[in-house]
Amino acid sequence: MRPRQKQLIYAGLTAILILIWIFYSADDLQTTAVLAGTVRAATLLALGAMCGMIGERSGVVNIGIEGQFLLSAFAAFTIASMTGSLFMGTLAGVGMGLIMGWLLAAMAVGLKVDQIIAGTVLNISALGLTSFFYDRSRSLGIGKYTNIDLGPLAELPLVGTVLFSRPPLTYLTMVLLVVVHIALFRSVWGMRTRAIGEHPGAADTVGIDVLKLRYFNVTIAGGLAGFGGSYLALEAVGTFSRAMSGGRGFLALAVMIFGRRTPFGAYAAALFFGFTTALQNQFQLNNTFDIPPQFVGMLPFVVTIVVVALSGLFGSMRDPAALGQSYEKG
Amino acid sequence: MTETLLGARKVRKEFPGVLANDDISISLQPGRILALLGENGAGKSTLVNILFGMYRPDEGHVIIKDEIVDLRGPDEAISRGIGMVHQHFQLVPPMRVVENIVLGAEPTRRGLVDLDEARTRVIALSERYGLEVDPDALVEDLPVGMQQRVEILKALYRDADVLILDEPTGVLTPQEADHLLGVLRELTETGLGIVFITHKLREVLAIADDIVVLRNGQVVGETRPSDTDESDLAEMMVGRNVMLQVEKSVSRPGDPVLEVKELEVKDDRGQIALDSLSFEVRAGEILGVAGVEGNGQRELVEAITGLRAPSVGVMKIEGEELTGESPRQITKKGVAHIPEDREKHGVVAIYSLAENTILNRYHRKPFSIRGILRRDVIRSHAQDVVDEFDVRTPSISVPASSLSGGNKQKLIVGREFSDDIKLLIAAQPTRGIDIGAIEFIHRRILEQRDKGAAVLLVSAELDEILGLSDRIAVLYDGKIMDVVDAQEANREQIGLLMAGITD
Repeated sequence: MRPRQKQLIYAGLTAILILIWIFYSADDLQTTAVLAGTVRAATLLALGAMCGMIGERSGVVNIGIEGQFLLSAFAAFTIASMTGSLFMGTLAGVGMGLIMGWLLAAMAVGLKVDQIIAGTVLNISALGLTSFFYDRSRSLGIGKYTNIDLGPLAELPLVGTVLFSRPPLTYLTMVLLVVVHIALFRSVWGMRTRAIGEHPGAADTVGIDVLKLRYFNVTIAGGLAGFGGSYLALEAVGTFSRAMSGGRGFLALAVMIFGRRTPFGAYAAALFFGFTTALQNQFQLNNTFDIPPQFVGMLPFVVTIVVVALSGLFGSMRDPAALGQSYEKG
Repeated sequence: MTETLLGARKVRKEFPGVLANDDISISLQPGRILALLGENGAGKSTLVNILFGMYRPDEGHVIIKDEIVDLRGPDEAISRGIGMVHQHFQLVPPMRVVENIVLGAEPTRRGLVDLDEARTRVIALSERYGLEVDPDALVEDLPVGMQQRVEILKALYRDADVLILDEPTGVLTPQEADHLLGVLRELTETGLGIVFITHKLREVLAIADDIVVLRNGQVVGETRPSDTDESDLAEMMVGRNVMLQVEKSVSRPGDPVLEVKELEVKDDRGQIALDSLSFEVRAGEILGVAGVEGNGQRELVEAITGLRAPSVGVMKIEGEELTGESPRQITKKGVAHIPEDREKHGVVAIYSLAENTILNRYHRKPFSIRGILRRDVIRSHAQDVVDEFDVRTPSISVPASSLSGGNKQKLIVGREFSDDIKLLIAAQPTRGIDIGAIEFIHRRILEQRDKGAAVLLVSAELDEILGLSDRIAVLYDGKIMDVVDAQEANREQIGLLMAGITD
């Protein structure tokens, strides 16, 4: 990262902190609610973005995150409700994500189906399957994941509620961000992953099995999206409803691109988009504007369009060179 | 003592419709340089891919250190000490030099890549072999010569005892190429063996200890530099007597046809590729543009043919300003274009030969009338082109993709030359085609010159530039370093200019 970029980031952070402080002095309850909502919305986006970036760093586009979220949320909810165990439900969600990741890999990597079409297959089948098997009478029975206070930290004003009194999957997501960052940029796996996304031929000539690694990565990434599905059903909402992923799998892709396919960048972007979601919720709750709620609800998506359209202004962002291309030996 | 460091014994490899390698045996001894010489399609690449484990031979064996081995993949070849420097560098551009060198064989500490250790090893290696590199530079920021050095270090890092270099000098200036040959010679002093693949006769004579000549998938000659010379080797390569130098008369240049003034052109990334370029080409002369690829040649050709709009400057043909006009407007003025990439811009692979011969005239009478193509006219035109330009094909109805590179190129030349042309833009007109076709195309280009066309010849092959041009402009970093008279030009002088050195 160039020094100028670093300066910009520090300047931006300072500005944000000052703004938060001003708002908090004006209305502490609302500010806390919006920021807590920001973190809640950001968690799902961050998980989806990590799923997307592991795929794209290896050269495989995954536009099926939406479907992976949805079907995994369904699996998590159903198993949790059947077994009465949130943990089992979470595992089921991750498992379903892995299966869908594997399916995407089988199509896009193994059979060399066009990657966009393969992702669309996931989205459509997830919507169809969950709508068909959706059982309106089923409920979670047990409550959703509840907040865990991190000792005295949770007592702090503002940050206590926003960061240190969260449910478990949110904490785990933060850990995952660090893990994925280290894995991508420090581990052997990460170096090879970045290589096969940029120049699979080069990786092949030094004995890296490109197809195998892509298979593995897309599958594992599916697990992350599956974890996101579990989060959605068992922690954020506490039930399953039709099409409950609501476009956030696609939003996650925007978050990934805006965050330059890095976990921390994506989390920053996720917080930004999460903020628009939380703000929109708060507006609707308080009836701040006298306009139909549907229009207020558009806020995060309008912001997405504007930000993605303008993202070119924030310096050049280059896609991995081999993105979207299936690899043929020789 | 090892006899054969790397070898092939009676190797045979067949692809659908092609016998790429037929009963080939070679043997490389430690400390020696074996040159594999042959035209495109002679089977060099197939043989090398077999030696490197990319393909498996249908019959025969690969021998490494006197042992028959069955390579299941490049990783096995690497682990047995075979290193390969590919013609198209196999480097990951946005990654660092050190990362590229250790990729696939990374040193680790506590589960993570140990870049400090990697850097130490790379520096030690580059000092030991005198191959200086900056381990932390990004590969995409390095000049090609340096990237090649990274490729060589990559092989040495893996303890290679054999280096296979595929057309390594194609992207280098003559001086860089000489330097590379020196480096390779030094490497052999440590006992390393080198397989050197090329179609450049001079290099073979300069560097090789042993020479193996391939033609049509077979070994047609084995010799040593002291027992042979260039014309001998060329004859072996082609299978008949060839003229290495086309004869040409003195040019009698007329009025300027192409005038370029202070042309500025940007490349795909928006960087300035041509910087305030000015030159002219007169009727009846060939202006050769020499230079290492990537110094603005492509942008120059695209700007003149209308494929890329210049940002600043003026381009005139016969006094008429045509800057930024469409390719069709420019073609109409009598401009013919032999494009650099014949697969992409020269032919439409799925179209028949007949259709390909009218790509630049289908909209005109008599080839179409009121939007309807006239098959009979087109077919007879196509047949004329095929006959006159010696395109070897079973029929004019087969798709262009069925032709060999040389025949495709002859088809393109035939299409472009079948009108009276004022200006010919020939970009890499003989790249990757056999010597016979090269000779043919060279003669045709000279013929156009003698008929009074102005010719702009852009080529990365210095021999081609020196052989055909009347004047030579050297392009470096988007600027013309100098324009010299071809009769007074010599390789060394041009080579220095190609490297951007003026004095």
